[in-house]
Amino acid sequence: MRAIMKPLLAVQACVWLSIANPVLAAPFTPADPQQVLETLPRSIADPQMQELQELRRQLATRPDDLALALQVARRNLAIGRAEGDPRYTGYAQAALAPWWDQDPPPPEVLLLRAVLRQNRHDFAGALADLRQVLAVQPRHPQAWLIQAVIQQVQGEPIAALQSCLALRRRAVSLSFVTCWSGAASRGGQAAVAYRSLSQALAGNFAASPEERQWALTVLAEIAEQRGDASAAETHFRAALELGQRNVYLLGAYADFLLDQQRPAEVRALLQDEQSADNLLLRLALAERRLDDTVWQHHTEVLEARFAAARQRGDGAHFATEARLRLDLRQQAPEALTLARQNWAQGQREPQDARLLLEAALAASQPEAAREVLDWLERVRLEDERLAKLSQRLQELKS
Amino acid sequence: MIEKLHRWWVPLILSATLVLLLLGAWPAFAHKPSDSYLRLTPREGGWQLRWDIALRDLEYALGLDRDGDGAITWGELQARETAVVNYALEHLSLRTGETACVSRPGAVQVVQHSDGAYAVLDVALDCPAAEAATLDYRLFFALDPSHRGLLQVNRPTGVTSVVLAPEQSQYVLDTAPGGGSWRPFVSYWVEGVWHIWIGFDHILFLLALLLPSVLWWENGRWRPAAALRPVVLETAGIVTAFTLAHSLTLSLAVLSVVNLPGRLVESTIAFTVVLAALNNLFPLVKARRWVLAFTLGLIHGFGFASVLQDLGLPSDALALALAGFNLGVETGQLTIVAIMLPFTFLIRRTWFYRRLALPVGSAMVAAVALVWCLERSLNLKLLTPLGGS
Repeated sequence: MRAIMKPLLAVQACVWLSIANPVLAAPFTPADPQQVLETLPRSIADPQMQELQELRRQLATRPDDLALALQVARRNLAIGRAEGDPRYTGYAQAALAPWWDQDPPPPEVLLLRAVLRQNRHDFAGALADLRQVLAVQPRHPQAWLIQAVIQQVQGEPIAALQSCLALRRRAVSLSFVTCWSGAASRGGQAAVAYRSLSQALAGNFAASPEERQWALTVLAEIAEQRGDASAAETHFRAALELGQRNVYLLGAYADFLLDQQRPAEVRALLQDEQSADNLLLRLALAERRLDDTVWQHHTEVLEARFAAARQRGDGAHFATEARLRLDLRQQAPEALTLARQNWAQGQREPQDARLLLEAALAASQPEAAREVLDWLERVRLEDERLAKLSQRLQELKS
Repeated sequence: MIEKLHRWWVPLILSATLVLLLLGAWPAFAHKPSDSYLRLTPREGGWQLRWDIALRDLEYALGLDRDGDGAITWGELQARETAVVNYALEHLSLRTGETACVSRPGAVQVVQHSDGAYAVLDVALDCPAAEAATLDYRLFFALDPSHRGLLQVNRPTGVTSVVLAPEQSQYVLDTAPGGGSWRPFVSYWVEGVWHIWIGFDHILFLLALLLPSVLWWENGRWRPAAALRPVVLETAGIVTAFTLAHSLTLSLAVLSVVNLPGRLVESTIAFTVVLAALNNLFPLVKARRWVLAFTLGLIHGFGFASVLQDLGLPSDALALALAGFNLGVETGQLTIVAIMLPFTFLIRRTWFYRRLALPVGSAMVAAVALVWCLERSLNLKLLTPLGGS
């Protein structure tokens, strides 16, 4: 028996070692001083970055200036959102350092701390911060809005709807309608939600490009949910045409194109998007379908990043890695484990449900999907893709 | 009137403030966060540190992109090399007690990680005393509290991984590198000796080969050797041939030149024991039995290799660890020979030894090994407590 155990142990040891200690590649000395080693996502000549640099310089001389610190933090978060880059949340946190660990920090700091915590998948911490803000300022619109978004991400559309309604006590704005429609569409009222949001977008709300982009993205997602591909296409395009860079939107549109069997367009869209994991994954998925061998290289790059995240103890990559295991590596059991971990950490949007259902199907483990099927029934989410998957799982079981 | 004004103003104010906070409206991040990679390896009088730091982070902290074109060239990094090294070393310290270890940085190089290019610092840390050293890491924490230092400590006993964070910025390196570079050698030597002693299949293989070394085959039967000298020479030849063979295959396997499936290796090892024992009963190879030891010994090296892979090899002291393990195996064998040979030499003339110990012993060895061979190749469990190396 030991003879069999040992090779197994050796394999396990190797697997463990490769996970825990990504092997460091051999360093080199470039020959040419002109050789470009790294391209920055945004050059320092970028006006937005220059403005931020100036604010950072001011903050360095007056680190206790709360208004200035908040400004620096918000700018960093805005860039971080556009690029999908967690470094900027770190920079934002650093600007708020003097207040970060106060008990309690000023409400404005609490609010940003909630956003940061949500981005790091610490949903409980984020909601606790928001509750503190709302305890002091019960009508704080931003706190309600962020709370609604977190509740939606957590798959609690009823709670999200209530938070959105609290926003309305202030005024009807495009953000309110978007908030409400997003929550309602995931709580069994997709048709009404779609109509209200279309009307709001056509109306004369004073709204910034960011607000419009958010509204159009939500509208496109509701159209997808209802199986109206041509409407979804129109709204995604309109959202992209606003010219605001947004990694989430690019990912959602790429998923839509992949569902529509249009991988060539995905490759064209994401060709230069290799730093955000979710976009690199979609690029690799498209390349694979187009028989472009680069997909293998891109998959390895992603695996190396996941290995580093594991070593760090991060869980933010679970969904991306599950999709990679499922569609690029044909490792259904591993994909299922990751999809369940993703679900268990409270990430429960329709795409998370879909991931888990697909993984359970591929692994022929319909029981593993029980939790998601119960959830679908409870929140009454209408989604054509999810309905088909649920049906196939039921058939597999019987 | 006031009511009206209020209604008109609120959306404007709201949208102005909401804009920045729609941040909350987009789920999760998609990038690899900021990490630096540290690898500490003990060496004579201190530690050797390899430290990979992302150029993007150095750019944020120090500004490498001089011409502001959004690209960092090797020339731009070289121009700031001193600043980079000084900045990094200001944010890392290694101390034993009250005394800080002296750092001697080498030339900066470059490496590509999954998320971009990193500067590679190669630093020798000279620590005064051979006691526990404390590593204190603070790089980038003030600029980006989500930054992490991913530390890997290579000790002869294995590899430890540690995540250095603002709330956990210190790590105690408990095994002082006092013995310096000989540590891996010694500990792998011990492993080698131990492995031979607990590895019944290797012992039985040696036993089967050595049982007839105090005899010689003539006219269809074993006769006692007349003098000690040829016996010692033959034994030495057999043991050396066995060692050379398994050292060769062990090195090939550890360096990943040859890879054989574990089950095949383990079953074949058992089979070599069967062959060696049968050769005592029905001698095919009579003279030059070192050839037999060498040929069959080749497969044993692959078995040792899987043990070494279980233990984990320090990549920086690979040769030393391999040599240590091999010599350990050799020492273990010689000890067995040293115990067995005088004894068998003394009783070689007895009827008991020639008619009972040799044939019955060999037959028993062959039988046990045959059972192992079946167990291992067919994945059965016939004979429990023994077996396996």
